[in-house]
This record gives sequence, C-alpha cells and structure tokens, in this order.
Amino acid sequence: MTTTITTAPAIAAPRLLAASWIIARRSISSWRQQLGTMATGWLFPIFVTLLFLGLFGGALDVPGDSTYVDFLIPGMFAVTMLFGLESTTLSAAADATGGLNDRLRSYPINGAAIVLGRAAADLISSLISLTLMIAFALAVGWRPDVGVPGAILALVLLLALRFALLWIGIFVGYGARSVESVAYIQIVTWPIAFLSSVFVNPATMPDWLGTLAELNPVSATATAVRELLGATSWPTQSFAGDQAVAMAALWPLLLTAVYLPLAARRFRKGGK
Amino acid sequence: MTRAIEAEQVGKRYAVKGGEVGLHDLSVQAEQGQVHALLGPNGAGKTTAVRGLATLLRFDRGTARVAGYDVGREAERVRERIGLVGQYAAVDERLTAVQNLRFLGRLRGLGRAASAARAEALIEQFGLVAAANRAVSGYSGGMRRRLDLAASLIVTPQVLFVDEPTTGLDPAARRDLWNALRELVRQGTTILLTTQYLEEADELADKIVLLARGKVVAEGSADDLKAMVGPPIVQIRFATDADADAALPALVRVDAGARLDSSGSTVTLPATAPEVLGRSVDALTGAGLAAIEVTLRKPTLDEVFLTLTGDEPATEEAA
Repeated sequence: MTTTITTAPAIAAPRLLAASWIIARRSISSWRQQLGTMATGWLFPIFVTLLFLGLFGGALDVPGDSTYVDFLIPGMFAVTMLFGLESTTLSAAADATGGLNDRLRSYPINGAAIVLGRAAADLISSLISLTLMIAFALAVGWRPDVGVPGAILALVLLLALRFALLWIGIFVGYGARSVESVAYIQIVTWPIAFLSSVFVNPATMPDWLGTLAELNPVSATATAVRELLGATSWPTQSFAGDQAVAMAALWPLLLTAVYLPLAARRFRKGGK
Repeated sequence: MTRAIEAEQVGKRYAVKGGEVGLHDLSVQAEQGQVHALLGPNGAGKTTAVRGLATLLRFDRGTARVAGYDVGREAERVRERIGLVGQYAAVDERLTAVQNLRFLGRLRGLGRAASAARAEALIEQFGLVAAANRAVSGYSGGMRRRLDLAASLIVTPQVLFVDEPTTGLDPAARRDLWNALRELVRQGTTILLTTQYLEEADELADKIVLLARGKVVAEGSADDLKAMVGPPIVQIRFATDADADAALPALVRVDAGARLDSSGSTVTLPATAPEVLGRSVDALTGAGLAAIEVTLRKPTLDEVFLTLTGDEPATEEAA
C-alpha cells in the first residue's frame, strides 16, 4: 500500500449518465448564444418545403389520391433528420480540433460520456427541428391519416435514421484537421436529399439512378414514414422500394453497426 | 515521498511519410513543486510526451507514473490529480467564461453552487471579470490562455501539464501567464511545460530537457544548459556589407570569435566576458565606423541545437 499520497481527490467525478447529461447541457446552453444560427438550422427544412410546395407543387403528379402536401411532408421529415448530419459533423469537428475533447479526456470521467453527450444534444436539436416541421405542416394543411401506434413507429424510424447519422458525423468530425475541412458535408447532404424518393418519382430517373435513389437510406425512411402516415408512395421498381419499412429499420442498424465502432475507435485514439 | 512525475525511458513511434517521428527514451523525474521544461522545436516530441503523461495516448515503451499512479493501468487515478493546458484554448468558444467554468466544474464533480463559486473565484483570480459573460469567441489570445489555465485549476491539480503556454502571446500576456504559473508552484503544484523558447524555460524551470527529433539532446538546470551552449552573443548590424567588412578586423581584435554572419551585414561575437559589449562599441568608435544596431542576446534555440547536435533543429509538422 502506498501511504505517501496525501492529496487524494476530495470529490468524486460524475458517473457515465450524469456526465453525459452535463456535456449535453453544455451544447444546449450554447444554442442560446447562437440562437440565430440554430434557428436557421431548425427552420431550414421548412424553407425547403415551402420552396418545393411553391415551385413544384403544381407541376408534380403524386400517386393515388394524395395531395403534394401529404406526399411531400413525410419525406421532408426524413430530410430533416438528414440535415442534422451537418451540425453533428461540424460540432464534433469543433470539439476535436479546439482541444475541448482532449481536456475532457484528461478528466476522471468515462470517455463515452463525451460522445453520448454530443449524441444526446444532437438528437434533442433534431427533435426541435422535427417538432417545428410538424407544426408547420399542420398549418399548411397536412392531415395525416394515422393512429397512435403508426405515429410512434414513424417517429422511431425517423430517430433511428438520425441516430445512425450521428455516428457518421462523429466519425467524420473527430477525424477533421479543422472545422473548415469538413464543411464539405453541407454540400454532400444535398445530393443525398435529392437523389431519393422524397421529391420526385425515382421511376422518372434513368434506371441506375432510380435504383440508387430507392436504395438511399433517406428514401427508405421517407417511404416508410409516408406509408405509416397514410399517404401513397410512388409505385416502386426494386426490392428496396417494396420493403420500405424493413429497409427503414435495416439501414440505420447497418450504418450504426459500421460507424459507431469506427467513431468510438477514432475517439479513443484522440482523433485523426 | 513519491515523485510527482516519474517517467522511465518512455517512447512512442509514429510512422509518417518519409520516415518515422515520435519520442525516444525520455526520462523525467520531477519532485512535487518543481517545474520541468521540455524544450525543443516543432516535431521534437514535446507534445507526444505531454499527451502520454496526461493519459491521452499510450506510450509504446517505458513506464511512467504521475502523482504516484501508472499512466496506463491507473489512468483514472492519474486524471483525478492532473490538469492539462493544451496548445489550444480548450473550452467551448460559443459559451461565456462563466458558462465554461461552471460546466467543467460540474464535470469534475462539483455541485451547482460549488461550481458557480469556483467559477467566480477563478474569473476574479485571472482578471476576466469584465469579460466573464461574453462568448469566448471574442476573446484575445491572452484572455483565452488565462481562461484555459483557470479551467485547468477547477480542482487544484497535483501535476499540471502545460503545452506551449505562450506561443502567439504578446510580451505582457506572457508575463501574466508566467506569474500565474509561478503562483501555482508556490502552492505546491508540479508543472511540466513544453516550450520552444529558451527564455521561457530559463524563467520558469528548475530542470530543462532539450529535445530534438524525439531524442533527448541534453538535460540539466538552466545554468547547466547555458554553460553547455556558451556565452551570450553581441550582435552588431551595419548599414552595408562594406561597413561590416571594414569593421570585422577591429572586432576580431576584441574577440577572436568575431565573424560575419550569413546576411553579410552583421557581425556576431561571443560575449565571453561582460565587457565585450563595451569594448566592441569602443572599437567601432576608434575605427570611425557606425553600426545601426547593437544587441546583446542569449543564444537562440537554433544556435543551441547547432552547438549541441551540430545539426539544424528538425521542424517536421508532427509534434
């Protein structure tokens, strides 16, 4: 036994969940400091929806008896989740390159709390955006035909997509040399959003592009949520299109299975 | 008494393009309340050493104990007893100083009231009262470093690691930071700091380890090192190369070590005795020559490395 150590710490550091929540709360308090930026992010899916309703709403045929609003809105919920990838990546990059992660890693807390705190804050942020999007949709006349179980399943599938995207964002962000170096993620999310079944019928695209669009995880979630919320989807041309709910569950599982370990490994090694 | 830092032949290898960098066989024995400096250029392995001792990376070789605990097997115990001031201001830029310190206090296990009180005390101590409720993104470099240091002292550390504390700071901000570090040492904290400045190591450290390309080049007290690297240098700059050439014979008579440097218009001579500076000026006056700048300075880190290794210091990117 060593008896020479006299300066044992007087206070115990918080355990995993408490530490995670403290770290998440720090992100949440920072939202108040940058309310303009945050609000723009939260409202962005609404701007995009308005743009599409106004610009293309009259020109696009939608399947079945649905209106374009009923058709577009569920897909935009999925896109709202996708847009969260950008803020996760950029915030993770800021934490990693600004040295904050290093400081926290030198604390006597479970390192997983740093990642879980980031994840919790980002999920909350996406929920805010989704809530605003739902309120907006109801205001412009969206009337879902859905029961409580269907609505809950739809929400779970949306959050599952967001959860999976967290790990991609953390993996990319923690490997960044600077915040600027991962700003490309903003550009990458656009084609992923558009190359999907959210806005237009994949059948109108060239075959290979249509298949790609149907394979897109965002399409899977969009189609599944659309079906759950009572709107008709495009007639599909591939297996991925037919099994939308299964694909909407599978994709997030697969992405999480790949990227969560990668993100954790990168975090433990301290980035790069 | 257990030593505050006890590193035995620690090392870490990194493969990079065109070879290998890292840290080889560094040993540090620091008693409680001492300041040790790792001095060297970029790529010398200083940051690797600090990150390893602060449990942020694992050494491949050697053993290290900090505050009596093994940095690998007992990392948690070590983390309870250390503070780390990295090369960046490791705080959330978007938050205010108060918010940052309270958040970090909570994370170190202080209650709501205790973390608020600690934040207030540190803000006072580090002269950040006026800016306490402004977002850190608007702070000057010196304010950031002070906040960063304050953040490392929420729970008074037994050992504080400070990685290049004054890089990019103006002289006044540098003085402030030095004073803050000295105050900590007075309270019994052991400091391991890394620096590229001989002057900084000289000001603060009881013991200096000189690193280059991951290897220990020399170690000892500041005086030991200065004895190794030679006397201060008198540097005389002339308006033209011709003036310098004309002055050289007179200056060689003052000290045989006088020589033209690579610029062609500057003569340097070793100040082996205190009167070399005065005699140099007299010699110029006697020869009817005017210099535009006369300085007495310590050898630069480059010159130290040149003397000790016969080689230019490495300046690879990886540190």
